[in-house]
Amino acid sequence: MTIDFELTKNARVAQAHYHEMAEQHMRPHSREYDDREHELPAPWVDWFWKEGRGGAKGTDLSAPGDGMVQVCVQAEELCWGDAGLYLRMPTAALGGSAVAAAGTPAQKEKFLTPFRGDGHPIWGAMAITEPQAGSDSAAIQTTADRDGDEYVLNGTKIFCTAGEGASQHEGGFVVVWATVDRSAGRGGIKAFVVPAKTPGMRLVGTEKKLGIRASDTATLVFEGCRVPAANLLGSAEVKKHDAKSTGDKGFKGAMATFDASRPIVAAMAVGVGRASLDFLREELTRQGVAIRYDVPASALGAVERDVIDMEAELQAARLLTWRAAALISRGRPNNLEASMAKAKAGLVVTRITQKAVELLGPAGYSKKLLVEKWMRDAKINDIYEGTQQINQLIVARRILDYSSSVLR
Amino acid sequence: MLGAQRGHVIDFDPSEEQQLIVETVRQFARNEVRARARECDEAAKLPAELLSEAHALGLVANGIEEKFGGGGARSALTGALVAEELAWGDLAIALAILSPSLEALPVQDFGSDAQKRRWLPGLVGERFRPGALALVEPHYGADPLRPTTRARRADGGYVLDGEKCLVPWLDGGEQVLVSATGESGPQLFMVSRQAKGLRATKARYMGIQALPTVELALEGVRVTADDALATGEQGLAQVVQRGRVAQGAMAVGVARTAYETARDYAKEREAFGAPIATKQAIAFKLADMSIEIDAARLLVWEAAWHLDTGRDAARAVALAHRQAQRVALEVSDGAVQVLGGHGYTREYLPELCLRNARGFTCFEGLSLV
Repeated sequence: MTIDFELTKNARVAQAHYHEMAEQHMRPHSREYDDREHELPAPWVDWFWKEGRGGAKGTDLSAPGDGMVQVCVQAEELCWGDAGLYLRMPTAALGGSAVAAAGTPAQKEKFLTPFRGDGHPIWGAMAITEPQAGSDSAAIQTTADRDGDEYVLNGTKIFCTAGEGASQHEGGFVVVWATVDRSAGRGGIKAFVVPAKTPGMRLVGTEKKLGIRASDTATLVFEGCRVPAANLLGSAEVKKHDAKSTGDKGFKGAMATFDASRPIVAAMAVGVGRASLDFLREELTRQGVAIRYDVPASALGAVERDVIDMEAELQAARLLTWRAAALISRGRPNNLEASMAKAKAGLVVTRITQKAVELLGPAGYSKKLLVEKWMRDAKINDIYEGTQQINQLIVARRILDYSSSVLR
Repeated sequence: MLGAQRGHVIDFDPSEEQQLIVETVRQFARNEVRARARECDEAAKLPAELLSEAHALGLVANGIEEKFGGGGARSALTGALVAEELAWGDLAIALAILSPSLEALPVQDFGSDAQKRRWLPGLVGERFRPGALALVEPHYGADPLRPTTRARRADGGYVLDGEKCLVPWLDGGEQVLVSATGESGPQLFMVSRQAKGLRATKARYMGIQALPTVELALEGVRVTADDALATGEQGLAQVVQRGRVAQGAMAVGVARTAYETARDYAKEREAFGAPIATKQAIAFKLADMSIEIDAARLLVWEAAWHLDTGRDAARAVALAHRQAQRVALEVSDGAVQVLGGHGYTREYLPELCLRNARGFTCFEGLSLV
């Protein structure tokens, strides 16, 4: 235990590796697949599946790693490359996190192994949000009724990231949240692995969005969609009372995956913000504007002051993110810290990318550059995986020691 | 398995020794410093026995070389941890308690052996002896890295001319370190309070009222060559950076005081039949404050870590300093707002935090790590 801000050697190797990947294999496709919204970025996907999955070469597996911090470093670099393409990478993504967090060894083997296989590219996804249930995920209406050895799913899921890939390409899967007992409230909510192409799961459309347009944000309809009972993640038991304190693996288990995913989303946000800030600084250097860190505030130009503040805010978000990640790596609770990081990062990069457009003037506003795209991409970080406000709410409950019934 | 392979790994936990120091200082800050914060501010006075008690904790001595009476554990990070806790108690009292380091640390970093022998033992000895550093100049656009106070060579020594302000001037101090620019660039000079041509005028400020401060006029003040610290430009820059890290840490401490007061008040104060903390308008504001304070602290730690590991700290220091002073001001203002009319009264601490926090943009070198 000692305060240290230096990444492990392995994390730095990974950082360099993913930075190169971002620069050479993502940036060149950025504009094209932003324009060709919803179209599968096949060259990128194929390249990633064949070459990109391997990870960094030259890592010393016997040396200590940074665990989750390293995952965050990777996410930051790749989203510095392109946040939309990052979300379109053929990986198990959030669906995989849910299986990893709540699944049995057999479930992990069955659903996660194909992602390491040689077949065609596949995707994983998580389907929580419904037309009438966003931040309030306990209010979901999709039902799962037991019928013999199966559950039958009925309902509509929206805003499912990678939902097209995960539902349409055999080998992938969607983790669907549904209630087995509406009267039990959140205690009745369970997660089910629905393999791609399962009859009764239908892709009815993809969202037209402000940004991350390369990402397939899907609407999925479930009509009499049957999955084996063995596809339920966690316990089948319904705890009607006090689901919060019983260690229930249904709702609570699923919420716990947010503690792991929020630092990653915060890191993704930092990546987009950094893309914008790096470009701005390079452009200012080209224009002969140097940022001086050691002159009195009264001597700073307005642009210098803006850039220093943007840098401070971005670094603040990054450090909160790494702190939340470091806690997970050490097996310590990070619910508060994860929400702090996510709340800060989402807001900060929204502001930074908007400021970059402003400072670069018409060039920043132009589609000739990617600065306008980064601004559109950044905003999603303030919304998904818990909006700014939901994370404020979580932080507020924690610091005030209030339950969700007292601070609603 | 660890040991041999143990390299760097991201870690945000202070060492056990640092945690112990933090615990000790926090207890002192709560029981002795905070308890007297208001009366000291109102009276614009510091009880001598409080400074003696604090001095006995050895906080300044801890970072000074053992052969000159110190603990030999120099660390900007530890310094930042201590500065935050004391400032959480009260900023003015914290600045006074740590004032010997204003002379001790630059002397330790840039002094010759003879200079260290001459000055250090007195500053870290049994008796509390305040120190003073004069970096701030009163004109608009003043830059601590480029002092306009001049140092002219004369008779084997120097003659100093110029003006300084915001110089701590506690009872019992014997000297003051003054920055001035000579032929070979800026440098620090130890000046006796009794020096001819040195005029100290008592000053009053919006905040840190308990800390005695003066404006200094130097007119043909003579010092010997032995009074000059060989800082050079780089050295002075480092002193300024160490000051900014200390100010950043103290800004976090002030913000914490304001935030905690607002949080506790909001849980007690009822409106429309429930504590105001149960309203999202208040709860979210408190949540934002806690996030900003944590983030600013991490930036301050990172800057201190740059100093401790011998890295170029200029950028990290600038980011931490700007962010922490902004956060201190915003959080203090937010706390006044949460307490409403009560926040505007001198019954509660947020108004004191607000007056103190506003000063961080000009508190150059008021403490060092």
